[in-house]
Amino acid sequence: MHEFTPVMSTLGGVMIGLAVAALYFFNGKFLGVSGITAALLGPDHSGKRWRLSFMAGLLTGGALLLAFHPAALSARSPYSIPVLIVAGLLVGYGSSMGKGCTSGHGICGISRFSARSLVATGVFMVAGIATVYITHHLMAGVLS
Amino acid sequence: MRLLTVFFSGVLFAVGLGISGMTQPTKIIGFLDIFGAWDPSLVFVMAGAVGVNVILYRLSIKRLRPLFAPAFALPPKHTINKSLVIGATLFGVGWGLSGYCPGPALVSSVTGWGSVLAFVGAMLAGMYLYQRLHVTRAGVTHKGYAVSD
Repeated sequence: MHEFTPVMSTLGGVMIGLAVAALYFFNGKFLGVSGITAALLGPDHSGKRWRLSFMAGLLTGGALLLAFHPAALSARSPYSIPVLIVAGLLVGYGSSMGKGCTSGHGICGISRFSARSLVATGVFMVAGIATVYITHHLMAGVLS
Repeated sequence: MRLLTVFFSGVLFAVGLGISGMTQPTKIIGFLDIFGAWDPSLVFVMAGAVGVNVILYRLSIKRLRPLFAPAFALPPKHTINKSLVIGATLFGVGWGLSGYCPGPALVSSVTGWGSVLAFVGAMLAGMYLYQRLHVTRAGVTHKGYAVSD
């Protein structure tokens, strides 16, 4: 169990929000990590430069965390590698099919009062809650 | 200059994910575990991020154009179809089975841990698989993303 961190979570949330806002204010793009990543794998090379810049920033931010706030990157997923591979496939395929993830739908879309993103966010939250209910309560310990 | 602002947006986004707790998969699972020892922290992350943008989005689109681009690339708002719902469901199951969504997973890949790299590799494979199965011509895939081209 993790401790409840309302202050740090709000502060981090505001930083995430400002990063999202900077991307559309300066560049007109709405920040969605799954879309940016998927496009880098695709055949269309036209928008790859800004997407690679964003990805470089993301990894640089990760390196900064590792150096100055390592606690942020100290927890490992409790699941085994085979389970994580299945989960990764579902996250990659599902976010491509649903055209967005926690950032694109959950933050950008909801901030624009997008009905589409509100539905997507509701659906993936319920699916995530149901999954954790099954793995933690109905078949506790089976997958980890 | 334009690419530099994108780079710093990525840095700030990653640091924000780290400070908020989103890069700790056990914390994400704690948030999704509403029938167990529920950790509501993620509600505060969402409130912070959405709160800032509800205001700044409205102020920004009053401008005719972004500072360094000809136009805002606005994704569709109202298309609710089967692929949105099925895709979001698959995504949510994967999120619950790992505690990772794409941003935090990519940020965490700097640890070099086998478990994160396995997740990220599989995620990229899932994205690639979708493109192979659904793209009929170059560029079609990304239209209609919650994100934009």
